[in-house]
Amino acid sequence: MAMISTNEFKNGVKVMMDGDPCSILENEYVKPGKGQAFNRVKLRNLKTGRVLEKTFKSGDTLEAADAQDTELQYLYNDGEMWNFMSPTTYEQYTVSKETIGDSAKWLKEQDICIVTLWNNNAIGVTPPIFSILKVTETDPGIRGDTATGGSKPATLETGAVVRVPLFINIGDILKIDTRTGEYISRGK
Amino acid sequence: MSIYQGENKIRTRLLLRAKILAKVRDFFAKRGILEVETPLLCKATNPAPYLSNFYCDNLYLQTSPEFAMKKLLAAGSGDIYQICKAFRKEEFGRLHNPEFTMLEWYRINFDHHDLMDEVEELLKYTINSSKASRYSYQEICEKYLKLNPHKITVKKLKQLAKENDLLVAGISDDRDTWLQLLFTHLVEPNLGIKQPVFIYDFPASQAMLAKIRHHGKIKVASRFEVYYRGIELANGFHELSNPREQLRRFNLDVKKRCELNLPKIEIDYDFLAILSKIPRCSGVAVGFDRLLLLAAKTTSLNEILCFRE
Repeated sequence: MAMISTNEFKNGVKVMMDGDPCSILENEYVKPGKGQAFNRVKLRNLKTGRVLEKTFKSGDTLEAADAQDTELQYLYNDGEMWNFMSPTTYEQYTVSKETIGDSAKWLKEQDICIVTLWNNNAIGVTPPIFSILKVTETDPGIRGDTATGGSKPATLETGAVVRVPLFINIGDILKIDTRTGEYISRGK
Repeated sequence: MSIYQGENKIRTRLLLRAKILAKVRDFFAKRGILEVETPLLCKATNPAPYLSNFYCDNLYLQTSPEFAMKKLLAAGSGDIYQICKAFRKEEFGRLHNPEFTMLEWYRINFDHHDLMDEVEELLKYTINSSKASRYSYQEICEKYLKLNPHKITVKKLKQLAKENDLLVAGISDDRDTWLQLLFTHLVEPNLGIKQPVFIYDFPASQAMLAKIRHHGKIKVASRFEVYYRGIELANGFHELSNPREQLRRFNLDVKKRCELNLPKIEIDYDFLAILSKIPRCSGVAVGFDRLLLLAAKTTSLNEILCFRE
């Protein structure tokens, strides 16, 4: 397996840390005036999403992780697993409920997502930044009220609940920022 | 090689460098200190294990002009300063570049406290810094790490590193390395937030090329470092002139290099031969690019250097 040295730790490089694949976020070179140099590294565990900080001796190496982010199309949920397909190779991947986590509530069939593959297994799913979803349930809209800052909850076709302006009605198509879960605008 | 990174425009960078260079030269001219040049290519180099050398055709690119400048001092140069390039392989980061500019000077009949006064004046003159504060290494460790660096055991240092999530794999049981790990991570970021801070009287084991003296029952190195806005800016010594003691320290470095599987470096016997002839003096090296960084109030060399690999 390829080894990667601390001076090659750049943003996005994937390494193995305590048995899990991790992605490097930041790498700060720290050196006392006269002495051993260190690298203070921020990594994201690709399985759990947790961010950890580790200090290494400069020049130390970690095993490279065979992990990459791939664009896959979400096909369907069979009740147990979420199914994806590569639009280029047509290879199919299944993702468990645990792995997909909170991302599930933003996924509409046919959406293109970023799926992290490790040793060709899906270990994480990032939904598209903006998701276009239909309102299935919300209190009746207040006619003409397009300016006041009021908001109300609305349930979307995927089951996600978001805060929306008062004028939104059932059947409206909304654009949602999936990173924050915030309403952006009425879609087409 | 023509990549420059960051926001600052090239012209802004060039003007700043030229302005501070002129101020530095003016500062030394007013004091009658002579500007000198020494070779960048050297037959011998400092064996310190933490320095990694560029080496080609039996010649080293200097990691600092220290040995050559001391040869000038021993030959009767008088007070001297130099602005030159220094090279340290593998050092790359926000505050490091493998090729960098160093400002180094030597003052005859100064001890390290006299030289700290002069460094403070240089900082005021070049980057308008405010009045500096001074702490001994022991005082600053007591303040931020709650420990006496001259007495603490390696075991306790490791425990403290663990408590602070700083446990690093593969470090030997070397007290100084553990002290430095804690110092760089837990002390340095707090130093010189508003005004420059001088730290002096380091543990004798971190003396490098400085004199060692007794402070009560403890041996301390007459060495200082300067920090400003969390950045280590300079290192100074009350210079050791005892060749026997210097050889003893070089031999320790050579042994350590061997243990760490680092390239072997021959001891510079020419340097040892002149060492007893250098006058009583103190010397300091300032990272010139970092001085510019402080002048520009930025936090990365990406905003200062015009060429960055």
